[in-house]
Amino acid sequence: MSTFNSADIAAFNGGVWVFCEQRQGTMMPTSFELISEGRKLADELGTKLYGILLGHNIEGIAKELGGYGADGVYVCDHPLLENYTTDGYTKVICDVVAEYKPEMMLIGATNIGRDLGPRCAARLHTGLCADCTHLDVDMGIYKDFLREASTLAPEKIDGLNTAMVLGEKHDVSRDLKMTRPAFGGHLMASIICPRFRPAMATVRPGVMKKAPFDQAKADACEIIKPNFSLTEDDMDTQVVEVVKAAKKLVDLIGADVVVSVGRGISKDVEGGIKLAEELAEVLGGVVGGSRATIDSGWLSADHQVGQTGKTVHPKIYVALGISGAIQHKAGMQDSECIIAVNKNETAPIFEIADYGICGDLFKVTPMLIEAIKAAKAAK
Amino acid sequence: MKIIVCVKQVPDTSGKVAVNPDGTLNRASMAAITNPDDLNAVEAALTLKEQTGAEVVIVSMGPPPAEAMLREILARGADRAVLVSGREFGGSDTYATSQILAAAINKIGVEDDDIVMCGRQAIDGDTAQVGPQIAEKLGLPQVSYAADIKKEGDTLTIKRMLEDGYMTIKVKTPCLITCIKELNVPRYMSVGGIFECYSKPYEVFDYNTLKDDPLIDPATIGLKGSPTNILTSFTPPQKGAGMMLEGADKETCEKLAGILAAKHMI
Repeated sequence: MSTFNSADIAAFNGGVWVFCEQRQGTMMPTSFELISEGRKLADELGTKLYGILLGHNIEGIAKELGGYGADGVYVCDHPLLENYTTDGYTKVICDVVAEYKPEMMLIGATNIGRDLGPRCAARLHTGLCADCTHLDVDMGIYKDFLREASTLAPEKIDGLNTAMVLGEKHDVSRDLKMTRPAFGGHLMASIICPRFRPAMATVRPGVMKKAPFDQAKADACEIIKPNFSLTEDDMDTQVVEVVKAAKKLVDLIGADVVVSVGRGISKDVEGGIKLAEELAEVLGGVVGGSRATIDSGWLSADHQVGQTGKTVHPKIYVALGISGAIQHKAGMQDSECIIAVNKNETAPIFEIADYGICGDLFKVTPMLIEAIKAAKAAK
Repeated sequence: MKIIVCVKQVPDTSGKVAVNPDGTLNRASMAAITNPDDLNAVEAALTLKEQTGAEVVIVSMGPPPAEAMLREILARGADRAVLVSGREFGGSDTYATSQILAAAINKIGVEDDDIVMCGRQAIDGDTAQVGPQIAEKLGLPQVSYAADIKKEGDTLTIKRMLEDGYMTIKVKTPCLITCIKELNVPRYMSVGGIFECYSKPYEVFDYNTLKDDPLIDPATIGLKGSPTNILTSFTPPQKGAGMMLEGADKETCEKLAGILAAKHMI
């Protein structure tokens, strides 16, 4: 157990780790995203990248992580780890971390990751930054990111090499810079964990890009089976059942095209959603919605785009009748091409739209569907 | 039986949010509200109170004006309130905050049939970390993302939401639960409640109240006790405005389709 004001940081030289979440033996997509991101961080640090995988009868899915950049995977297999429990997973992860001492650990910010991360960080006595959307080690790359993604003055960015920590100047060049939105996306903050290890981050699913898969690297991936102990006595919660949602959930994060609707469909909710579905079909995409459409019960929660919903960066994002509150923008502003249709010409969505049409979505959308069909047919 | 509910007063980020030139938030320009998920936790506690006769104790860490929020929750039906407030607690990150709140909850006392409840996350930080971290510091089992709670004897059966479905989890008291908005619809204050809320027990815990708890030490709270530091904060730039197409007719739509085709986007 670390003392309160410092840990033996040099001892934590066990590389960058990624908690690789699986459910019912299937790897969560965010595990591949984080391995890909973790590879970059490990290279910047000049260290190794490991996955840590917990479950039962899951060794068969471990090596695939190597194909996205993992040098090795710590596989913790136990019947009591078959389903996720806070108690079981926290015990095993903290025991293995204490033995192998990673420098950093990334966890997908899923409902499970955001349950597990804080519990582990509290037990390990280290810092955790929630729901990160950008991670850096290398100062040059970090500063380039700030030049592009912030409104900070250039000289302020140039001088950003140290932080005041307990009254002393601390060199941040080897720290993990964890950047995340706060206050509903109105502010961004870069957080460091200068005095404790591992520096921990939960990372928003869908934000980090998955690297191309490399079979040779997957074949070379080392499987490590760490020692740990886990008994019924360690378990305070009991999973009675795991139920998958009956209807297929919309895959917003993986979609190339997202057509979202907002409050603008209120005069004919069914008609508005139907138009969005038709447009999405023509463009080969899926339907999303603003928070208002989810709160009103017009669309189920899996459709929500925005700060409290999902972050998407499709090739085409169409906003139908969405005003563009900052919470919504936070979830879609990095889309390659944004098309907005709104009756109100001062709607904030037009500030970030690549192409804007000021008009009634119920009139414009059918014409747009026809025009796109015609343009595709002419190709 | 007691139900201890942690609540937080937050700036209303759904309205207009002003940012100061130095990149910090202009809190004075924003309304202070009770964090929405915390009201679901309060409602869950009040529902269990109706079923079991439990006492509902609300606890919040914040500056003295947070009293107004606590009085409001007393008016909704909670029995007593504790405000954890002190200069020494300022600058705490989620880790240090959970140490302080855990110490306050220890002071209130957690017995075998008690439950601690929190909202899933606060809308100012959106971290969802303080609930699980309090549970760890108190050594209690936790169930987060609760969308349904049933109590039989000392066993709670909780529907814990996942992105692609849910888990049903059984846990015994004492335990900590974090609540989401799907759990219930928070009730309003009652007229009787408003009359009573100023006569219900209200306490302030400061540093001296909590300093004998092993979790509390000058090095474990506030900025010094926070494992994380803010390196910098900033506002994102607005993406440059694109092209407003003229008109909203067939021709406009054809023009847009033409652009998308020319860029090989369709």
